[in-house]
Amino acid sequence: MNNLSIWQQLVEQSQMRWKEVLEATSVHIQLVFFSMLIAIILGVTLGILVTRVPQLTTLVLGGTGVMQTIPSLALLGFMIPIFGIGVKTAIAALFLYSLLPIARNTYAGIKDVDPATREAAKGMGMTSMQILFKVELPLAIPVIMAGIRTAAVINVGNATLAAFIGAGGLGDFIFLGITRGIDGLILLGAVPAALLAIILEVFFGSLERWTTPKGLKA
Amino acid sequence: MLKFENVSKVYEDGFKAVDSVSFDIPKGELLVLIGPSGSGKSTTMKMINRMEPHTSGKISINGKDNNSYVASELRRGIGYVIQQVGLFPHYTIEKNIAIVPQLNGWAPDKIKTRVHELLEMVGLDPEIYASRYPKELSGGQQQRVGIARALASDPEIILMDEPFSALDPLTREQLQGELISLQKKLNKTIIFVTHDMDEALKMGDRIAIMKDGKLLQLDTPEKLLHEPAHGFVEEFIGKHRIIQNPELMPVIDIMSESVVTTLPQSSPEKAISLIRQRKITDLIIVDESKTLLGIVSAYDVIQKVNSIRSIAEIMQPIGHILQDSASAKDAIIMMDESPFGLIPIVDESKKVIGLVTRGSLLAALSSQWTEAEVVAV
Ligand SMILES: Nc1ncnc2c1ncn2[C@@H]1O[C@H](COP(=O)(O)OP(=O)(O)OP(=O)(O)O)[C@@H](O)[C@H]1O
Ligand SMILES: [Mg+2]
Repeated sequence: MNNLSIWQQLVEQSQMRWKEVLEATSVHIQLVFFSMLIAIILGVTLGILVTRVPQLTTLVLGGTGVMQTIPSLALLGFMIPIFGIGVKTAIAALFLYSLLPIARNTYAGIKDVDPATREAAKGMGMTSMQILFKVELPLAIPVIMAGIRTAAVINVGNATLAAFIGAGGLGDFIFLGITRGIDGLILLGAVPAALLAIILEVFFGSLERWTTPKGLKA
Repeated sequence: MLKFENVSKVYEDGFKAVDSVSFDIPKGELLVLIGPSGSGKSTTMKMINRMEPHTSGKISINGKDNNSYVASELRRGIGYVIQQVGLFPHYTIEKNIAIVPQLNGWAPDKIKTRVHELLEMVGLDPEIYASRYPKELSGGQQQRVGIARALASDPEIILMDEPFSALDPLTREQLQGELISLQKKLNKTIIFVTHDMDEALKMGDRIAIMKDGKLLQLDTPEKLLHEPAHGFVEEFIGKHRIIQNPELMPVIDIMSESVVTTLPQSSPEKAISLIRQRKITDLIIVDESKTLLGIVSAYDVIQKVNSIRSIAEIMQPIGHILQDSASAKDAIIMMDESPFGLIPIVDESKKVIGLVTRGSLLAALSSQWTEAEVVAV
Protein backbone atom coordinates (compact mmCIF):
# COMPACT_ATOMS: atom_id res chain seq x y z
CA MET A 1 0.00 0.00 0.00
CA ASN A 2 2.85 2.32 0.82
CA ASN A 3 4.25 2.02 -2.66
CA LEU A 4 1.26 3.87 -4.09
CA SER A 5 1.78 7.59 -4.72
CA ILE A 6 -0.01 9.97 -2.43
CA TRP A 7 -2.30 10.97 -5.27
CA GLN A 8 -3.23 7.36 -5.99
CA GLN A 9 -3.86 6.82 -2.30
CA LEU A 10 -6.16 9.79 -2.19
CA VAL A 11 -8.13 8.60 -5.23
CA GLU A 12 -8.39 5.11 -3.83
CA GLN A 13 -9.47 6.30 -0.41
CA SER A 14 -12.06 8.69 -1.75
CA GLN A 15 -13.54 6.03 -4.00
CA MET A 16 -13.85 3.85 -0.96
CA ARG A 17 -15.07 6.46 1.51
CA TRP A 18 -16.77 9.27 -0.42
CA LYS A 19 -20.02 8.79 1.45
CA GLU A 20 -18.24 9.10 4.79
CA VAL A 21 -16.43 12.19 3.55
CA LEU A 22 -19.70 13.88 2.68
CA GLU A 23 -21.11 13.05 6.06
CA ALA A 24 -18.00 14.24 7.88
CA THR A 25 -18.01 17.48 5.85
CA SER A 26 -21.58 18.09 6.85
CA VAL A 27 -20.72 17.55 10.53
CA HIS A 28 -17.70 19.81 10.12
CA ILE A 29 -19.83 22.55 8.61
CA GLN A 30 -22.29 22.22 11.44
CA LEU A 31 -19.53 22.56 14.03
CA VAL A 32 -18.27 25.69 12.33
CA PHE A 33 -21.71 27.11 11.71
CA PHE A 34 -23.07 26.79 15.22
CA SER A 35 -19.90 27.87 16.98
CA MET A 36 -19.64 30.88 14.65
CA LEU A 37 -23.29 31.77 15.10
CA ILE A 38 -22.92 31.98 18.86
CA ALA A 39 -19.55 33.70 18.55
CA ILE A 40 -20.97 36.37 16.24
CA ILE A 41 -23.96 37.09 18.45
CA LEU A 42 -21.93 37.17 21.65
CA GLY A 43 -18.79 38.68 20.16
CA VAL A 44 -20.59 41.62 18.61
CA THR A 45 -22.59 42.15 21.79
CA LEU A 46 -19.45 42.03 23.93
CA GLY A 47 -17.66 44.36 21.55
CA ILE A 48 -20.49 46.89 21.79
CA LEU A 49 -20.71 46.49 25.55
CA VAL A 50 -17.03 47.24 25.89
CA THR A 51 -17.40 50.53 23.99
CA ARG A 52 -20.20 51.52 26.35
CA VAL A 53 -18.56 50.44 29.61
CA PRO A 54 -14.87 51.36 29.33
CA GLN A 55 -14.09 49.64 32.65
CA LEU A 56 -14.80 46.28 30.95
CA THR A 57 -12.31 46.79 28.13
CA THR A 58 -9.32 45.10 29.71
CA LEU A 59 -11.40 42.37 31.28
CA VAL A 60 -13.21 41.34 28.11
CA LEU A 61 -10.50 41.87 25.50
CA GLY A 62 -7.84 40.55 27.87
CA GLY A 63 -9.98 37.58 28.88
CA THR A 64 -10.83 36.53 25.35
CA GLY A 65 -7.18 37.10 24.44
CA VAL A 66 -6.01 34.69 27.11
CA MET A 67 -8.48 32.16 25.75
CA GLN A 68 -6.78 32.52 22.38
CA THR A 69 -3.40 31.58 23.84
CA ILE A 70 -4.57 28.28 25.31
CA PRO A 71 -3.58 25.50 22.88
CA SER A 72 -6.64 24.20 21.05
CA LEU A 73 -6.26 20.68 22.33
CA ALA A 74 -5.84 21.85 25.91
CA LEU A 75 -8.96 23.95 25.64
CA LEU A 76 -10.87 20.97 24.37
CA GLY A 77 -9.51 19.04 27.34
CA PHE A 78 -10.71 21.70 29.80
CA MET A 79 -14.15 21.54 28.24
CA ILE A 80 -14.66 17.84 28.69
CA PRO A 81 -15.42 17.97 32.42
CA ILE A 82 -18.05 20.62 31.71
CA PHE A 83 -19.82 19.34 28.60
CA GLY A 84 -18.56 15.76 28.42
CA ILE A 85 -17.33 14.22 25.22
CA GLY A 86 -18.80 15.12 21.85
CA VAL A 87 -20.29 17.85 19.75
CA LYS A 88 -21.27 20.23 22.55
CA THR A 89 -17.73 20.46 23.85
CA ALA A 90 -16.36 20.99 20.38
CA ILE A 91 -18.80 23.81 19.65
CA ALA A 92 -18.12 25.46 23.01
CA ALA A 93 -14.37 25.40 22.42
CA LEU A 94 -14.62 26.60 18.83
CA PHE A 95 -16.92 29.38 19.97
CA LEU A 96 -14.45 30.56 22.58
CA TYR A 97 -11.71 30.69 19.95
CA SER A 98 -13.80 32.79 17.59
CA LEU A 99 -14.95 35.18 20.24
CA LEU A 100 -11.85 37.34 20.45
CA PRO A 101 -11.41 38.34 16.79
CA ILE A 102 -15.07 39.25 16.58
CA ALA A 103 -15.34 41.12 19.89
CA ARG A 104 -12.06 42.92 19.31
CA ASN A 105 -12.93 43.99 15.78
CA THR A 106 -16.39 45.14 16.83
CA TYR A 107 -14.80 47.24 19.53
CA ALA A 108 -12.13 48.61 17.19
CA GLY A 109 -14.63 49.32 14.41
CA ILE A 110 -16.86 51.35 16.69
CA LYS A 111 -13.93 53.12 18.34
CA ASP A 112 -12.66 54.09 14.90
CA VAL A 113 -15.78 56.06 14.03
CA ASP A 114 -14.79 59.71 13.56
CA PRO A 115 -15.55 61.52 16.85
CA ALA A 116 -16.94 64.43 14.78
CA THR A 117 -19.54 62.12 13.25
CA ARG A 118 -20.52 60.92 16.69
CA GLU A 119 -20.64 64.44 18.07
CA ALA A 120 -22.82 65.60 15.19
CA ALA A 121 -25.14 62.64 15.71
CA LYS A 122 -25.50 63.39 19.38
CA GLY A 123 -25.83 67.11 18.75
CA MET A 124 -28.69 66.49 16.34
CA GLY A 125 -30.56 64.67 19.07
CA MET A 126 -29.95 61.01 18.29
CA THR A 127 -30.26 58.74 21.28
CA SER A 128 -27.41 56.43 22.23
CA MET A 129 -29.28 53.49 20.62
CA GLN A 130 -29.92 55.44 17.41
CA ILE A 131 -26.26 56.38 17.25
CA LEU A 132 -25.30 52.72 17.69
CA PHE A 133 -27.59 51.32 15.03
CA LYS A 134 -27.60 54.15 12.50
CA VAL A 135 -24.05 55.38 12.78
CA GLU A 136 -21.59 53.24 14.71
CA LEU A 137 -22.52 49.73 13.56
CA PRO A 138 -22.96 50.61 9.86
CA LEU A 139 -19.60 52.36 9.88
CA ALA A 140 -17.95 49.51 11.81
CA ILE A 141 -19.38 46.77 9.55
CA PRO A 142 -16.31 46.35 7.33
CA VAL A 143 -14.06 45.87 10.37
CA ILE A 144 -16.54 43.54 12.09
CA MET A 145 -16.88 41.46 8.93
CA ALA A 146 -13.10 41.17 8.69
CA GLY A 147 -13.09 39.82 12.25
CA ILE A 148 -15.76 37.29 11.42
CA ARG A 149 -13.88 36.17 8.32
CA THR A 150 -10.67 35.64 10.28
CA ALA A 151 -12.54 33.76 12.98
CA ALA A 152 -14.34 31.54 10.47
CA VAL A 153 -11.17 30.50 8.67
CA ILE A 154 -9.35 29.71 11.92
CA ASN A 155 -12.47 27.90 13.06
CA VAL A 156 -12.47 25.48 10.10
CA GLY A 157 -8.95 24.47 10.96
CA ASN A 158 -9.59 24.14 14.66
CA ALA A 159 -12.71 22.07 14.00
CA THR A 160 -10.54 19.23 12.68
CA LEU A 161 -9.36 18.78 16.27
CA ALA A 162 -12.92 18.05 17.34
CA ALA A 163 -12.33 14.50 16.19
CA PHE A 164 -10.04 13.96 19.17
CA ILE A 165 -12.97 14.30 21.52
CA GLY A 166 -15.32 12.29 19.40
CA ALA A 167 -17.25 15.12 17.85
CA GLY A 168 -16.64 13.89 14.32
CA GLY A 169 -16.02 16.03 11.30
CA LEU A 170 -13.20 15.93 8.79
CA GLY A 171 -10.70 15.51 11.61
CA ASP A 172 -11.79 11.85 11.84
CA PHE A 173 -9.90 11.04 8.65
CA ILE A 174 -6.84 12.94 9.69
CA PHE A 175 -6.86 11.23 13.08
CA LEU A 176 -7.31 7.85 11.44
CA GLY A 177 -4.69 8.53 8.82
CA ILE A 178 -2.14 9.44 11.46
CA THR A 179 -2.77 6.42 13.66
CA ARG A 180 -2.71 4.04 10.71
CA GLY A 181 0.05 5.81 8.88
CA ILE A 182 -1.98 6.28 5.70
CA ASP A 183 -1.13 9.65 4.13
CA GLY A 184 -4.02 9.45 1.68
CA LEU A 185 -6.43 9.23 4.55
CA ILE A 186 -4.98 12.34 6.13
CA LEU A 187 -5.47 14.18 2.85
CA LEU A 188 -9.00 12.94 2.65
CA GLY A 189 -9.73 15.07 5.72
CA ALA A 190 -7.29 17.87 5.05
CA VAL A 191 -8.24 18.69 1.45
CA PRO A 192 -11.98 19.25 2.06
CA ALA A 193 -11.11 21.22 5.21
CA ALA A 194 -8.77 23.46 3.24
CA LEU A 195 -11.38 23.88 0.50
CA LEU A 196 -13.95 24.78 3.12
CA ALA A 197 -11.60 27.41 4.55
CA ILE A 198 -11.02 28.90 1.11
CA ILE A 199 -14.74 28.95 0.35
CA LEU A 200 -15.48 30.70 3.65
CA GLU A 201 -12.69 33.20 3.02
CA VAL A 202 -14.12 34.05 -0.39
CA PHE A 203 -17.69 34.10 0.91
CA PHE A 204 -16.99 36.44 3.83
CA GLY A 205 -14.70 38.53 1.67
CA SER A 206 -17.53 39.27 -0.74
CA LEU A 207 -19.98 39.69 2.12
CA GLU A 208 -17.59 42.24 3.56
CA ARG A 209 -17.50 44.17 0.30
CA TRP A 210 -21.24 43.87 -0.12
CA THR A 211 -22.05 45.17 3.37
CA THR A 212 -19.56 48.07 3.26
CA PRO A 213 -21.65 51.25 3.01
CA LYS A 214 -21.38 52.87 -0.39
CA GLY A 215 -20.06 56.16 0.95
CA LEU A 216 -17.05 54.38 2.49
CA LYS A 217 -15.89 52.56 -0.61
CA ALA A 218 -12.89 54.01 -2.38
CA MET B 1 -35.22 84.23 24.12
CA LEU B 2 -32.01 82.57 25.33
CA LYS B 3 -30.96 83.45 28.81
CA PHE B 4 -27.95 82.53 30.95
CA GLU B 5 -28.15 83.30 34.66
CA ASN B 6 -24.91 82.82 36.61
CA VAL B 7 -24.10 79.72 34.63
CA SER B 8 -20.96 77.81 35.55
CA LYS B 9 -19.40 74.60 34.38
CA VAL B 10 -17.02 72.52 36.42
CA TYR B 11 -15.67 69.48 34.56
CA GLU B 12 -15.37 66.10 36.26
CA ASP B 13 -11.69 66.75 36.90
CA GLY B 14 -12.62 69.83 38.91
CA PHE B 15 -11.64 72.37 36.24
CA LYS B 16 -13.91 75.42 36.14
CA ALA B 17 -14.26 76.06 32.41
CA VAL B 18 -17.09 78.59 32.64
CA ASP B 19 -17.45 80.92 35.58
CA SER B 20 -20.80 82.47 36.41
CA VAL B 21 -21.75 83.75 33.00
CA SER B 22 -24.96 85.74 32.50
CA PHE B 23 -26.46 87.14 29.31
CA ASP B 24 -29.70 87.39 27.43
CA ILE B 25 -30.03 87.05 23.68
CA PRO B 26 -33.11 88.34 21.86
CA LYS B 27 -34.67 86.36 19.05
CA GLY B 28 -32.99 86.85 15.69
CA GLU B 29 -29.66 87.94 17.12
CA LEU B 30 -26.34 86.54 15.95
CA LEU B 31 -24.14 86.47 19.02
CA VAL B 32 -20.45 85.80 18.52
CA LEU B 33 -18.47 84.17 21.33
CA ILE B 34 -14.81 84.99 21.03
CA GLY B 35 -11.75 84.64 23.21
CA PRO B 36 -8.38 82.93 23.43
CA SER B 37 -8.06 79.16 23.22
CA GLY B 38 -9.41 77.47 26.32
CA SER B 39 -11.44 80.48 27.41
CA GLY B 40 -14.62 78.42 27.54
CA LYS B 41 -16.37 79.46 24.31
CA SER B 42 -17.21 75.96 23.15
CA THR B 43 -18.22 74.91 26.63
CA THR B 44 -20.54 77.90 26.93
CA MET B 45 -22.13 77.05 23.60
CA LYS B 46 -22.45 73.35 24.33
CA MET B 47 -24.25 73.97 27.60
CA ILE B 48 -27.17 75.35 25.61
CA ASN B 49 -28.09 72.00 24.03
CA ARG B 50 -26.64 70.10 26.98
CA MET B 51 -23.83 68.49 25.04
CA GLU B 52 -21.99 69.66 28.15
CA PRO B 53 -24.44 70.00 31.02
CA HIS B 54 -23.89 73.07 33.18
CA THR B 55 -23.15 72.49 36.84
CA SER B 56 -24.76 75.58 38.32
CA GLY B 57 -26.93 78.51 37.35
CA LYS B 58 -29.81 78.45 34.92
CA ILE B 59 -30.14 78.39 31.16
CA SER B 60 -33.58 79.10 29.79
CA ILE B 61 -34.94 79.04 26.28
CA ASN B 62 -38.10 81.07 25.76
CA GLY B 63 -38.44 81.16 29.53
CA LYS B 64 -38.20 77.39 29.90
CA ASP B 65 -35.32 75.77 31.79
CA ASN B 66 -33.27 73.71 29.34
CA ASN B 67 -32.94 71.03 32.01
CA SER B 68 -36.68 70.43 31.85
CA TYR B 69 -36.38 68.84 28.39
CA VAL B 70 -35.38 65.30 27.51
CA ALA B 71 -31.82 65.87 26.25
CA SER B 72 -32.35 64.32 22.81
CA GLU B 73 -35.54 66.29 22.23
CA LEU B 74 -33.87 69.52 23.30
CA ARG B 75 -31.08 68.90 20.81
CA ARG B 76 -33.47 68.11 17.96
CA GLY B 77 -34.91 71.57 18.41
CA ILE B 78 -31.54 73.32 18.18
CA GLY B 79 -29.33 73.40 15.08
CA TYR B 80 -25.75 72.26 15.65
CA VAL B 81 -22.82 73.00 13.37
CA ILE B 82 -19.22 72.05 14.20
CA GLN B 83 -15.87 72.84 12.66
CA GLN B 84 -15.23 69.27 11.50
CA VAL B 85 -18.73 69.20 9.99
CA GLY B 86 -19.29 65.55 10.95
CA LEU B 87 -21.45 64.46 8.04
CA PHE B 88 -22.36 60.77 8.11
CA PRO B 89 -19.98 59.24 5.57
CA HIS B 90 -22.36 56.36 4.82
CA TYR B 91 -25.32 58.64 4.06
CA THR B 92 -25.91 60.54 0.85
CA ILE B 93 -26.11 64.33 1.14
CA GLU B 94 -29.88 64.06 0.93
CA LYS B 95 -30.03 61.56 3.78
CA ASN B 96 -27.60 63.62 5.83
CA ILE B 97 -29.81 66.68 5.65
CA ALA B 98 -32.88 64.57 6.34
CA ILE B 99 -31.58 63.23 9.67
CA VAL B 100 -33.43 65.51 12.07
CA PRO B 101 -36.71 65.61 10.08
CA GLN B 102 -36.52 61.82 10.02
CA LEU B 103 -35.97 61.68 13.77
CA ASN B 104 -38.99 63.95 14.10
CA GLY B 105 -41.03 61.57 11.99
CA TRP B 106 -41.81 63.75 9.00
CA ALA B 107 -43.45 62.19 5.95
CA PRO B 108 -40.96 61.17 3.22
CA ASP B 109 -42.47 63.58 0.64
CA LYS B 110 -42.20 66.49 2.99
CA ILE B 111 -38.60 65.57 3.83
CA LYS B 112 -37.61 65.38 0.16
CA THR B 113 -39.13 68.77 -0.65
CA ARG B 114 -37.46 70.30 2.37
CA VAL B 115 -34.04 68.81 1.56
CA HIS B 116 -34.13 70.17 -1.97
CA GLU B 117 -35.22 73.57 -0.75
CA LEU B 118 -32.35 73.61 1.75
CA LEU B 119 -29.75 72.53 -0.78
CA GLU B 120 -30.78 75.41 -2.99
CA MET B 121 -30.72 77.76 -0.03
CA VAL B 122 -27.07 76.92 0.66
CA GLY B 123 -26.14 77.16 -3.00
CA LEU B 124 -25.83 73.50 -3.97
CA ASP B 125 -27.75 72.16 -6.96
CA PRO B 126 -29.94 69.30 -5.68
CA GLU B 127 -29.78 67.56 -9.07
CA ILE B 128 -26.03 67.21 -8.69
CA TYR B 129 -25.46 66.93 -4.97
CA ALA B 130 -28.47 65.20 -3.38
CA SER B 131 -27.27 61.73 -4.30
CA ARG B 132 -23.57 62.28 -3.64
CA TYR B 133 -21.63 61.08 -0.61
CA PRO B 134 -19.80 63.48 1.72
CA LYS B 135 -16.33 62.44 0.60
CA GLU B 136 -17.25 63.53 -2.93
CA LEU B 137 -17.62 67.14 -1.74
CA SER B 138 -15.05 69.86 -1.01
CA GLY B 139 -14.64 71.17 2.52
CA GLY B 140 -16.67 74.28 1.76
CA GLN B 141 -19.44 72.25 0.16
CA GLN B 142 -19.49 69.90 3.13
CA GLN B 143 -19.96 72.79 5.53
CA ARG B 144 -22.79 74.13 3.35
CA VAL B 145 -24.43 70.75 3.83
CA GLY B 146 -23.64 71.03 7.54
CA ILE B 147 -25.54 74.31 7.67
CA ALA B 148 -28.43 72.91 5.63
CA ARG B 149 -28.59 69.97 8.01
CA ALA B 150 -28.76 72.28 11.01
CA LEU B 151 -31.58 74.26 9.42
CA ALA B 152 -33.54 71.18 8.34
CA SER B 153 -36.30 71.16 10.90
CA ASP B 154 -36.37 74.95 11.10
CA PRO B 155 -35.01 75.35 14.65
CA GLU B 156 -35.18 78.75 16.33
CA ILE B 157 -31.67 78.51 17.71
CA ILE B 158 -28.53 77.44 15.88
CA LEU B 159 -25.20 76.75 17.55
CA MET B 160 -22.06 77.06 15.44
CA ASP B 161 -18.64 76.16 16.81
CA GLU B 162 -15.96 77.67 14.55
CA PRO B 163 -17.88 76.52 11.48
CA PHE B 164 -15.58 78.18 8.97
CA SER B 165 -12.21 77.88 10.70
CA ALA B 166 -11.06 74.89 8.68
CA LEU B 167 -11.84 76.48 5.31
CA ASP B 168 -9.51 78.38 3.01
CA PRO B 169 -9.82 82.19 3.33
CA LEU B 170 -11.75 82.67 0.10
CA THR B 171 -14.33 80.00 0.85
CA ARG B 172 -14.55 81.24 4.42
CA GLU B 173 -15.34 84.76 3.30
CA GLN B 174 -17.94 83.48 0.87
CA LEU B 175 -19.68 81.35 3.47
CA GLN B 176 -19.60 84.19 6.01
CA GLY B 177 -21.39 86.40 3.53
CA GLU B 178 -23.93 83.74 2.73
CA LEU B 179 -24.60 83.03 6.37
CA ILE B 180 -25.22 86.72 6.98
CA SER B 181 -27.78 86.93 4.20
CA LEU B 182 -29.34 83.64 5.24
CA GLN B 183 -29.62 84.99 8.74
CA LYS B 184 -31.32 88.16 7.51
CA LYS B 185 -33.85 86.06 5.65
CA LEU B 186 -34.51 83.42 8.29
CA ASN B 187 -34.11 85.51 11.42
CA LYS B 188 -32.60 82.69 13.48
CA THR B 189 -31.01 83.14 16.86
CA ILE B 190 -27.41 82.10 16.31
CA ILE B 191 -24.58 81.49 18.75
CA PHE B 192 -21.40 81.61 16.73
CA VAL B 193 -18.05 80.66 18.24
CA THR B 194 -14.86 81.90 16.62
CA HIS B 195 -11.34 82.89 17.51
CA ASP B 196 -11.06 85.20 14.50
CA MET B 197 -11.73 88.85 15.38
CA ASP B 198 -12.35 89.86 11.77
CA GLU B 199 -14.98 87.17 11.51
CA ALA B 200 -16.52 88.28 14.79
CA LEU B 201 -16.75 91.92 13.70
CA LYS B 202 -18.20 90.90 10.37
CA MET B 203 -20.79 88.43 11.62
CA GLY B 204 -21.82 89.53 15.07
CA ASP B 205 -24.86 91.61 15.94
CA ARG B 206 -23.20 91.50 19.32
CA ILE B 207 -19.92 90.03 20.44
CA ALA B 208 -19.16 88.37 23.75
CA ILE B 209 -15.52 88.34 24.75
CA MET B 210 -14.46 85.53 27.06
CA LYS B 211 -11.30 84.88 29.00
CA ASP B 212 -10.58 82.17 31.56
CA GLY B 213 -14.23 81.15 31.65
CA LYS B 214 -15.46 84.64 32.38
CA LEU B 215 -17.51 86.91 30.16
CA LEU B 216 -15.57 90.18 29.99
CA GLN B 217 -17.82 92.22 27.74
CA LEU B 218 -20.87 91.65 25.59
CA ASP B 219 -21.65 94.51 23.23
CA THR B 220 -22.18 95.53 19.65
CA PRO B 221 -19.03 95.59 17.51
CA GLU B 222 -19.12 99.40 17.47
CA LYS B 223 -19.25 99.62 21.22
CA LEU B 224 -16.52 97.07 21.70
CA LEU B 225 -14.23 99.05 19.41
CA HIS B 226 -14.90 102.40 20.99
CA GLU B 227 -15.62 101.58 24.57
CA PRO B 228 -13.69 98.46 25.49
CA ALA B 229 -14.69 97.72 29.07
CA HIS B 230 -11.45 96.03 29.89
CA GLY B 231 -7.78 96.38 29.00
CA PHE B 232 -7.77 92.85 27.74
CA VAL B 233 -10.68 93.57 25.41
CA GLU B 234 -8.85 96.52 23.90
CA GLU B 235 -5.72 94.51 23.43
CA PHE B 236 -7.61 91.55 22.06
CA ILE B 237 -9.45 93.61 19.47
CA GLY B 238 -6.34 95.42 18.37
CA LYS B 239 -6.20 99.01 17.20
CA HIS B 240 -5.84 98.24 13.53
CA ARG B 241 -9.32 96.76 13.47
CA ILE B 242 -10.87 100.12 12.74
CA ILE B 243 -8.98 100.58 9.52
CA GLN B 244 -9.95 97.09 8.43
CA ASN B 245 -13.54 97.70 9.42
CA PRO B 246 -14.43 101.28 8.47
CA GLU B 247 -18.08 100.25 8.59
CA LEU B 248 -17.68 100.08 12.35
CA MET B 249 -16.20 103.52 12.70
CA PRO B 250 -18.69 106.37 13.17
CA VAL B 251 -18.30 109.13 10.62
CA ILE B 252 -18.39 111.69 13.45
CA ASP B 253 -15.00 110.32 14.55
CA ILE B 254 -13.34 111.30 11.30
CA MET B 255 -15.18 114.52 10.37
CA SER B 256 -13.81 117.97 10.94
CA GLU B 257 -15.99 119.99 13.24
CA SER B 258 -14.78 123.44 12.19
CA VAL B 259 -16.98 123.89 9.13
CA VAL B 260 -16.76 127.18 7.28
CA THR B 261 -20.35 128.27 6.67
CA THR B 262 -22.10 131.45 5.72
CA LEU B 263 -25.65 132.74 5.36
CA PRO B 264 -27.36 132.84 1.94
CA GLN B 265 -27.76 136.62 2.07
CA SER B 266 -23.96 137.14 2.26
CA SER B 267 -22.46 139.29 -0.46
CA PRO B 268 -20.14 137.65 -2.99
CA GLU B 269 -17.29 139.88 -1.78
CA LYS B 270 -17.68 138.61 1.77
CA ALA B 271 -17.78 135.05 0.47
CA ILE B 272 -14.59 135.53 -1.53
CA SER B 273 -12.73 136.91 1.43
CA LEU B 274 -13.87 133.93 3.53
CA ILE B 275 -12.74 131.54 0.84
CA ARG B 276 -9.33 133.18 0.55
CA GLN B 277 -8.87 133.46 4.27
CA ARG B 278 -9.73 129.84 5.05
CA LYS B 279 -8.18 128.41 1.88
CA ILE B 280 -11.26 126.45 0.89
CA THR B 281 -12.74 125.55 -2.47
CA ASP B 282 -16.40 125.45 -1.54
CA LEU B 283 -18.56 127.26 0.93
CA ILE B 284 -21.41 125.60 2.84
CA ILE B 285 -24.51 127.73 3.18
CA VAL B 286 -26.74 127.48 6.24
CA ASP B 287 -29.55 129.47 7.77
CA GLU B 288 -29.47 131.13 11.19
CA SER B 289 -30.17 127.87 12.96
CA LYS B 290 -27.29 126.19 11.09
CA THR B 291 -29.66 124.14 8.93
CA LEU B 292 -28.03 123.09 5.68
CA LEU B 293 -29.27 125.00 2.63
CA GLY B 294 -26.71 124.40 -0.11
CA ILE B 295 -23.25 125.08 -1.40
CA VAL B 296 -21.37 127.50 -3.63
CA SER B 297 -18.04 126.82 -5.23
CA ALA B 298 -15.20 129.36 -5.03
CA TYR B 299 -14.96 129.24 -8.81
CA ASP B 300 -18.62 130.26 -9.29
CA VAL B 301 -18.41 133.09 -6.77
CA ILE B 302 -15.34 134.57 -8.43
CA GLN B 303 -16.88 134.24 -11.89
CA LYS B 304 -20.18 135.85 -10.87
CA VAL B 305 -18.94 138.39 -8.33
CA ASN B 306 -20.09 141.35 -10.43
CA SER B 307 -23.45 140.00 -11.56
CA ILE B 308 -25.00 138.95 -8.23
CA ARG B 309 -25.97 140.68 -5.04
CA SER B 310 -26.10 137.71 -2.69
CA ILE B 311 -24.66 134.23 -2.99
CA ALA B 312 -28.17 132.79 -2.66
CA GLU B 313 -28.49 133.46 -6.39
CA ILE B 314 -25.79 130.96 -7.31
CA MET B 315 -26.30 128.52 -4.44
CA GLN B 316 -26.58 124.87 -5.54
CA PRO B 317 -28.47 122.18 -3.66
CA ILE B 318 -26.25 119.51 -2.16
CA GLY B 319 -27.35 115.92 -2.57
CA HIS B 320 -24.51 114.09 -0.89
CA ILE B 321 -24.90 114.45 2.85
CA LEU B 322 -24.67 111.97 5.70
CA GLN B 323 -26.45 111.64 9.00
CA ASP B 324 -24.29 111.67 12.11
CA SER B 325 -25.15 107.98 12.62
CA ALA B 326 -23.34 106.98 9.41
CA SER B 327 -20.03 105.13 9.37
CA ALA B 328 -16.67 106.01 7.92
CA LYS B 329 -17.33 103.41 5.27
CA ASP B 330 -20.48 105.23 4.16
CA ALA B 331 -18.36 108.34 3.78
CA ILE B 332 -15.71 106.52 1.76
CA ILE B 333 -18.35 105.19 -0.61
CA MET B 334 -20.22 108.48 -0.93
CA MET B 335 -17.06 110.48 -1.43
CA ASP B 336 -16.54 108.75 -4.75
CA GLU B 337 -19.83 110.10 -6.07
CA SER B 338 -19.77 113.52 -4.47
CA PRO B 339 -19.28 116.25 -7.12
CA PHE B 340 -17.75 118.65 -4.57
CA GLY B 341 -15.39 116.16 -2.95
CA LEU B 342 -16.92 116.88 0.42
CA ILE B 343 -19.77 115.57 2.53
CA PRO B 344 -21.56 117.68 5.15
CA ILE B 345 -22.58 115.71 8.22
CA VAL B 346 -25.94 116.69 9.68
CA ASP B 347 -27.97 115.74 12.72
CA GLU B 348 -31.65 114.74 12.69
CA SER B 349 -32.82 118.35 12.31
CA LYS B 350 -30.50 118.81 9.32
CA LYS B 351 -28.17 121.08 11.28
CA VAL B 352 -24.61 120.92 10.01
CA ILE B 353 -22.34 119.48 12.67
CA GLY B 354 -19.28 118.63 10.62
CA LEU B 355 -17.66 118.05 7.29
CA VAL B 356 -15.77 115.20 5.70
CA THR B 357 -13.46 116.05 2.81
CA ARG B 358 -11.22 113.76 0.78
CA GLY B 359 -8.30 115.12 2.74
CA SER B 360 -9.80 114.60 6.17
CA LEU B 361 -10.89 111.08 5.23
CA LEU B 362 -7.42 110.12 4.14
CA ALA B 363 -5.86 111.76 7.16
CA ALA B 364 -8.17 110.01 9.58
CA LEU B 365 -7.68 106.60 8.06
CA SER B 366 -3.95 106.88 7.55
CA SER B 367 -3.33 108.18 11.05
CA GLN B 368 -5.08 105.10 12.41
CA TRP B 369 -3.03 103.00 10.13
CA THR B 370 0.30 104.47 11.15
CA GLU B 371 -0.73 104.14 14.76
CA ALA B 372 -1.38 100.45 14.20
CA GLU B 373 1.95 100.07 12.48
CA VAL B 374 3.71 101.64 15.40
CA VAL B 375 1.91 99.35 17.81
CA ALA B 376 2.79 96.34 15.69
CA VAL B 377 6.47 97.30 15.67
N1 LIG C 1 -14.15 67.28 29.01
C1 LIG C 1 -13.34 68.14 29.65
N2 LIG C 1 -12.79 67.84 30.83
C2 LIG C 1 -12.00 68.71 31.46
N3 LIG C 1 -11.67 69.91 31.02
C3 LIG C 1 -12.19 70.30 29.84
C4 LIG C 1 -13.04 69.43 29.08
N4 LIG C 1 -13.40 70.07 27.96
C5 LIG C 1 -12.79 71.28 28.01
N5 LIG C 1 -12.07 71.41 29.13
C6 LIG C 1 -11.28 72.59 29.52
O1 LIG C 1 -12.15 73.69 29.66
C7 LIG C 1 -11.55 74.86 29.15
C8 LIG C 1 -12.46 75.51 28.15
O2 LIG C 1 -12.60 74.67 27.04
P1 LIG C 1 -13.38 75.09 25.74
O3 LIG C 1 -13.35 73.95 24.80
O4 LIG C 1 -14.71 75.62 26.13
O5 LIG C 1 -12.48 76.28 25.21
P2 LIG C 1 -12.62 77.15 23.90
O6 LIG C 1 -12.76 78.55 24.34
O7 LIG C 1 -13.68 76.60 23.02
O8 LIG C 1 -11.20 76.95 23.25
P3 LIG C 1 -10.75 76.73 21.73
O9 LIG C 1 -10.67 78.07 21.10
O10 LIG C 1 -9.40 76.10 21.86
O11 LIG C 1 -11.76 75.83 21.09
C9 LIG C 1 -10.20 74.45 28.58
O12 LIG C 1 -9.22 74.79 29.50
C10 LIG C 1 -10.29 72.96 28.43
O13 LIG C 1 -9.05 72.36 28.64
MG1 LIG D 1 -13.68 75.52 21.13
